[in-house]
This record gives sequence, C-alpha cells and structure tokens, in this order.
Amino acid sequence: MGVIDWLALAVIVPLIGALAVTALPSRVRGLGLFAACATAVIALRVTLEVWQAALLRSDLGGWGAPLGLALQADGLSAALLAMTALVGLAISISATGYFRNDDQSRHFWPLWLLLWAALNGLLLAADLFNLYVTLELVGLTAAALGALTGTRAAVAANLRYLLVGLLGSISYLLGVALLYTAYGTLDMTLLAEAMQPGPVSGSALVLMVGGLALKAAIFPLHFWLPPAHANAPAPVSAVLSALVVKAAFYLILRLWLDVFAPVVTPVASDLLGILGALAVLWGSWRALRAERLKLLAAYSTVAQIGYLCLFFPLLQATPEGTPRDDLMAALVLMALTHGFAKAGLFLAAGLVQQSAGHDRIADLGGTAQHLPATTFTIALAGTALIGLPPSGSFIGKWFLLSSAVATGQWWWIPVIMAGTLLAAAYVFRVLGRAFNLEPTPRVFVTQARTEVPALLLALTSVAVLGLVASPLWRLLGLEGGP
Amino acid sequence: MNLDHLLPAAIVLSSLLPGAFIFVLKEESHVLRGVLNMTGAIVKLLLVGVMIWGVFNGHVYETRLTLAPGLDLVLNADALSVLFVTLSTVLWLVTTIYAIGYLERSPNRSRFFGFFSLCVSATIGVALAGNLLTFVIFYEILTLATYPLVAHRGTPEATRGAKIYLAYTMGGGALLLVGAIWLQVLSGPADFVQGGFLSGLQPEVWGQLVAIFFLLLAGLGVKAALFPFHGWLPQSMVAPAPVSALLHAVAVVKAGAFGIVRVVYDVYGVGFADALGLLTPLGIIASITILYGSIMALTQDGLKKRLAYSTVSQVSYIALGASILGPIATIGGVVHLVHQGIMKITLFFCAGNYAETLGVYKVSEMDGVGRRMPWTTLAFSIGALGMIGIPPIAGFVSKWYLGLGAVAADAHWVLLILAASSLLNAAYFLPILYRAWFRPPPETWPKEHHYPGRFETMGALFWPPLITAALCLVAGLFAAAPFSPLEWARLIAQREYGL
Repeated sequence: MGVIDWLALAVIVPLIGALAVTALPSRVRGLGLFAACATAVIALRVTLEVWQAALLRSDLGGWGAPLGLALQADGLSAALLAMTALVGLAISISATGYFRNDDQSRHFWPLWLLLWAALNGLLLAADLFNLYVTLELVGLTAAALGALTGTRAAVAANLRYLLVGLLGSISYLLGVALLYTAYGTLDMTLLAEAMQPGPVSGSALVLMVGGLALKAAIFPLHFWLPPAHANAPAPVSAVLSALVVKAAFYLILRLWLDVFAPVVTPVASDLLGILGALAVLWGSWRALRAERLKLLAAYSTVAQIGYLCLFFPLLQATPEGTPRDDLMAALVLMALTHGFAKAGLFLAAGLVQQSAGHDRIADLGGTAQHLPATTFTIALAGTALIGLPPSGSFIGKWFLLSSAVATGQWWWIPVIMAGTLLAAAYVFRVLGRAFNLEPTPRVFVTQARTEVPALLLALTSVAVLGLVASPLWRLLGLEGGP
Repeated sequence: MNLDHLLPAAIVLSSLLPGAFIFVLKEESHVLRGVLNMTGAIVKLLLVGVMIWGVFNGHVYETRLTLAPGLDLVLNADALSVLFVTLSTVLWLVTTIYAIGYLERSPNRSRFFGFFSLCVSATIGVALAGNLLTFVIFYEILTLATYPLVAHRGTPEATRGAKIYLAYTMGGGALLLVGAIWLQVLSGPADFVQGGFLSGLQPEVWGQLVAIFFLLLAGLGVKAALFPFHGWLPQSMVAPAPVSALLHAVAVVKAGAFGIVRVVYDVYGVGFADALGLLTPLGIIASITILYGSIMALTQDGLKKRLAYSTVSQVSYIALGASILGPIATIGGVVHLVHQGIMKITLFFCAGNYAETLGVYKVSEMDGVGRRMPWTTLAFSIGALGMIGIPPIAGFVSKWYLGLGAVAADAHWVLLILAASSLLNAAYFLPILYRAWFRPPPETWPKEHHYPGRFETMGALFWPPLITAALCLVAGLFAAAPFSPLEWARLIAQREYGL
C-alpha cells in the first residue's frame, strides 16, 4: 500500500462528511453530494487495489494484531464495498431530487453519511469487536433514517426495528465475549487459525449467527423488515434493503465460512438452507399478496435473502475446487445483483408514490403509463429479482441449480423454481398495470435527477452483472477469473 | 482485419440498438422512428446476405463472450441457424412496413416498436445460439419482449391474454432451464454439434437423459404450442395483427419448434435420440397436436382464432419431421419451418387487412370480401391453399417430403396423419374461400374505412401480404433452385447426417 491509507479514508471521509453537513445545514445538499462522490471514489479505489493485490491490511495507530484497530480488505469485502459505493452514490444523487423539503434533507444527509461510514467500517473491520461497534452504529442510524417520515406507522415500525437490532447486537456481543474468553483474541484471521470445535465455540456460533440472522431478516426472524422498509422514505428503503441487510448477511458469511469453518456442521448448514427455502416461498408469496408496491419490494427482500441462504448447504457439500469457487462467486453475484436491483426498485417505487400520492398496486395504472423510464426501471429490476437472463441473478441461479444437481440435493430445485415463478407473478402483477387505455406519455424521462440513477441501478443489475460476471471471480481470488 | 467473429453479434445488434433508441424517442417522432426501424431491418438483411454466402461456402462465424467461468454466450452460424435467421429477417422487414401502416394514429408506438425490435433481436439470438445456455437466455428474453406486445392494446382482454401467455411461457421456461442445467452437469459445457454431443456419455446416465429430454420438450413445447401446452396461443390473439403475424410465423411459436429441432439434431443427435426411444413419443405428441389443432380450428368463427388453431396444428409438422429418422423427413420438417412461416404470415396480414379496412373479424362476416378486396383475398387464398398442401404452393413441398420421409423410414402411419390433416385443413379453409369469392357481399360492411389512393386498402397494408404470398409461390415453384428453402434444408440434412 502507498502512502495514503485508503482503507482508513473509506471510513473517515463519510464521517467527516456527516460532521460537515451537520455543521453547515444551509449547504446540506451540495456538501452531502460532494462527500458521497468522494466516498464512492475512495471505495472504488480500495476495490481496485484489492483487484491488484488480493489483500489489504492496515493497522491504525501501529499497535498490530491482536490489540490494535485493524482494517482489512479482501475480495469479498471489496466486492461489497464497491456495490455500496455505486448504489450509495446513485441513492445520493436521487435523494437530492427526492427530498425537496429542506427539513427532511437536513435530517437525511448526516444520518445517511454516518450510516455509510459505518457500513464501510463493517465491511473493512478485521476484528470482531470493531465489527460489533460498526454493527451497532449501522443499526442505530438505519432505524433513525427509517423513521424520517415521522408518521406513526414509520416510527412504530422503526422502533421495533431498533429494538430487534439491539437484541441482535447483544446476542452477537455475547458470542464475541465467549470467543474472547476461550481464545484471547478477536482478530478474525487469528481466531480462524485457533478455532476448535467444542461447546464454547458452538455456543458462540449460535449466539452470533442468531443475532445476525435477526438483523439480516432470515426467516422466521424477518417479521420486522416489511413494515420498517415499506414505511421509510424511498431512498432510505433502498439503503436498508440493498445495503444494510446485506451487511448483516456479509458478516454471517464471514463467520460461517472463515472464522467458524471447523465448527460448522452439515446439519447447521442444512438448517440455514431450510430457513432459506421457507424464506423464498413465504417472502415471495407475501410479496404476491402485498397491496402496496413498497411492501411488495420489502417482502421480495425477505425472499432474496432466502436464496442466499440456500447456498450454505451446497457449499458445505462441495469440496474445495472449481465447483466450490463457482458457487461462492455465484453467491456474491446474487447478493450484488439484488443490491442494485432492489435499490433501483425502491427508488422507482418512491417516484411512483410521489407522482400518484400513493403506492397501491391496484390503482397504479395511469401513473405507470405516465412515467415510462420509471416503469422501465421496475421492469428491469423485476427481471433481476425473478432471475431471468441476462441479469446477474440468472447466472447466480444457474450455478445454484447446477450445484443442486451435482451434489444430489435435488430438493432445492423445486423451491428455487417455485420462487422464480412466484417472483414472476408479483413483478408482472405490477407491470401488467402499465398496459391500459391511458394517453400515451410524451417523453421517456420526466425528472432526470431522480429517474436516471434508478434506471442505471436497475440496468447494472441486468445488463452489466449478468453479461460480464467473470471479473468477480478474479476479485474474489477464485479460479476461473480472467 | 477479419471481422467474421463479429458478424453474428452484429446481426443481433442491428435490431437491438435501433430498438433501444426507439424506446426513448418522443411519441411524435414518426419519421425518425420509421427511419430507425427500416435502417435496422435493411442492415440486418444485408448482413444476413453476407452470412448466407459465407456459410454456404463453409465459413465459420462465431461470436463468443464469456459471461462467467464455464458459461459462454455463443452465437454461431451453421446451416440451420442461417435458415431461421433468414426467415426472421425477411419477415421482420415486411412486418415492420405492415406495422407502421397498421398502427398509424394508434397510441404508444415508441413502446410498441421498441419491444418489437427487442422481440426480433431475441428471435435472431435464439436462431444463432451456439449452446444451450445461449439458447435459454434468448428464449427467455423473447418471452419478456413479447409480453408487452400482447398486452399492447391495454384493454382488459389484452392484459388477460398477456397474463395467460406469461403464465404458460414462464412455466415452460422454468422446465427448460432445469433441463438445460441438468444436461450441462452431465455433459459439461458443450456447444451444439451436428450429430449431437451426448452419445459418448456412459449408459448409466441414459435414464437421466430421457428425463431431461422430456423436460426440454415440455419447456419448448409451450412456445411451440404442442398439445397440451397450446392453451395460451388462441388467447394471445388479442394482440394487434402484426404481432399475431410475427408471433405465429416467426417469433414465439417458431422459436419453440426450432428449439425442438436443435435438441433432437444437435444436442442428442437424431440417431442417438432414436436409440434412447425418444423419437416415437415425440412423433405421437406431434401427431396428436396436428389433428387436435385442425379439429379445433373447424369450429372457430373468429378468423384469427381459426388461424391460431391452424398454427397449433401446422407447427407440429416441424416436430413430426424431427421425429422420423432419415434425411428426407428431416428436409420436410426443416423446410416447413420456413414454409409455414411465409404462409401463416400471409394469412394473418390478410386477416388484419379485413379487420382494419372492413371491420370484419369473423368468418361468418366474410361473405363477398373477395369482390371488395380482391388482391388481399387472392393472397389469402394462396396462403390457405398452401396450408392445405395444393401444389405448386410451398406447403405442398413440405408435406411431400414428410410423406416420402415417412415411407423411407417405414413409418406408414404418418401418411394417415398427413392425409387426415390435409382433409381437415381443407375443411376449415375452403369454406372461407367459398364465402369470400362466391357469396354476395353484404349491403354494408361492419366498419368500413376508405383510404386515399388507388388500392383497396392503405398502401402499407396492401403490399406485405402480396409479397409474402408471392414468396409462398416462389418457394414452391422454384423449390429446386439453388438457395431455395428446400435446397437449404437439403444442405442442412446433408451436414446433419454427414452425407
């Protein structure tokens, strides 16, 4: 690494941005957008360095492991960091158009930049205690952002979200304490080397993953998500569904595959897989029955997290080698695709809501017809959510299904296909409304600042991640990359 | 510099890019939209011309893009794909002219033509697909791109028809996807090869191969409207006439039939498929569909519905040809891919002309239309007689080769099917022709439009059916000429059987 510590900057810059917009509320939009751009550029820079060097590590304060405050970036964190950067940037641009009222802007920007700093911190943290701190910070800022509209429903839902989040964090912290007592370190790399199966490690795994499952809304711990995500302002819903849930899931993945690898049993993996299957079916079903567009999008997140959980039993059954590498990359690809698609969908849903004054699916016809670009966004994001080609999730599902066939775990196949068909049903339930007898729209884009970022996000999930997925293999340091 | 490897991609992009521009055009930009449409169609035609010449002379055109490790998007021009690409390209050009005329003054044209171009691009992708992954990708894009066209009118019936269409095709797509993935796990990544690539697999997995075949067949059968998966096709008749024309002649239905041909010849290999005992069930399903579609067509009074059931029946000739072992039957099935396309598109153009010009939608309203619209009715008659199999129209050539092939393969029962089907074809088409030419016209037509000019209808509607009707005659009369559909089908059969 050069003279500049890009890892530290990725956390510090949004933090400074948050302070700046708090200090100068009159210039909140300009400063906020500037900080967002800077953060995105730095995060992409980190990704580029990981692309070249595979692993970056920085010990702040020079204490060194196991004591110091260490930041670390490998392929997995870099991939999610880049996704956060691009999605975050698009959401920021769209937010400048969405929050027209200064009061809302003044509340949104400091919290959002703080959340971004916490997310970057979480993705880069190298030890379990820093992870706890960032996790807590993510939870607090996310709940505050979710309640931004100030309506009774939003406050109630996000208060519940806050409490659930705290419960999750406490459970996680208990697990961390157990591990510290047993192994005397919290550094993930050192822990992974020292990890032994046993009652302490097992309890720690259950406590930590259980707490995180609550935050990642893994079925049946998803109950808090739909109201919290559906009642937040659209850019916030996009952040929550695309990034915040993904951060908790990232941590589960890390713990499961790296830190606790010797402790994890096939039964535990199967359990996660079964929960994932139930989430796919239940989330998709509820999305199909949802009366409001944003509630539909929120339930679809529950289902999409379910798909990610289906990978665990298959990873468990696949020995090291190319098939496992492919499966791992497919998992990350699906997570990234969902991030882009869901952010695009929520931003589009917000525009529909602003334009129509509501988001009841049954009455959306005219609005959908009047906003061609936004309807297009919903269609593209929907394509990615269903997992149709050429989206990234199609590639992901292809590997998922291949692995289910190859490992003989064929029972996941009907679940995946049923989820796909249900997703098609709920997406086209919305899109079908766009075809009606309303007059023809005159122009494709009506409000560029809010419509274009959403469209680009959805387009990325469909046309970029699905068509050029190979670089992800290289970024993750897996075989088969270019 | 050698640009051979870019040609297949360029052929797909020549309609995809104009389509993308059309989406963002303002609704009033008639001229620009027309120019984009026609430029795309003509450029595509020229590129396809280059490709025909090259493939005939043994050139290899292959575009390969790695999507992810082990997953390649392959566009490859072999003799079979060129046949389908040419059909789609020629008929797209004609249909575009027709659609510009047909949709004049109707709403949402930017959306319509955008998806129209996307639909054709997907069809071309299906045609050029060099492996199962690529085929599945374009097959699904085709499903998505067609949905807005079926729903285009925005009436409750249109959205209902579109919903039914989607339910069937999504279900079929899911089966196809599972089959394709299962197959790839067994065989590893493999491109389509003339003669198939599965015969080298261990006999232990042959049972799985049979199961996979039926998964693929069900997935493809939905689009090809094989019985009992045909239910969506009559329902999607609510679409505007150019969409029905393209759907039935080239795009959706034909993509399914083409897929069956691909799977039989270039995945399993027709000999290996026979050894696995797959051809007989395929032949039985195709035969049932042929008879069922014809019988259903008899009772339909709606002209487009009658044509739709006729499509159900006629497309299965292609599957029937694939189910008989031997090069002659292969020629008959493959050539029908083209012949059915040009005949059926003629009939749908004419049905659209009757509806637009006279407000005639039902067979029972067609008394005397031949006097009011002689040229359109002439085109309709050529298409209908061709469907029945009257020489020298194209349909006769298909049936002749199917029959010869059946005799050569000792499958004499096929002759019975062909005879029964031809009688039924006559039974539902001849009464229409009788009404049109020999019954007196009514006092007033249901909803008559008079167009300026010397033709019986708008110029953009007048010429397309005549052009495609002329193609039906030319394909039949000059079947032995070089580069005729029949000769090209012969080339395909030669390469397929290694003759």
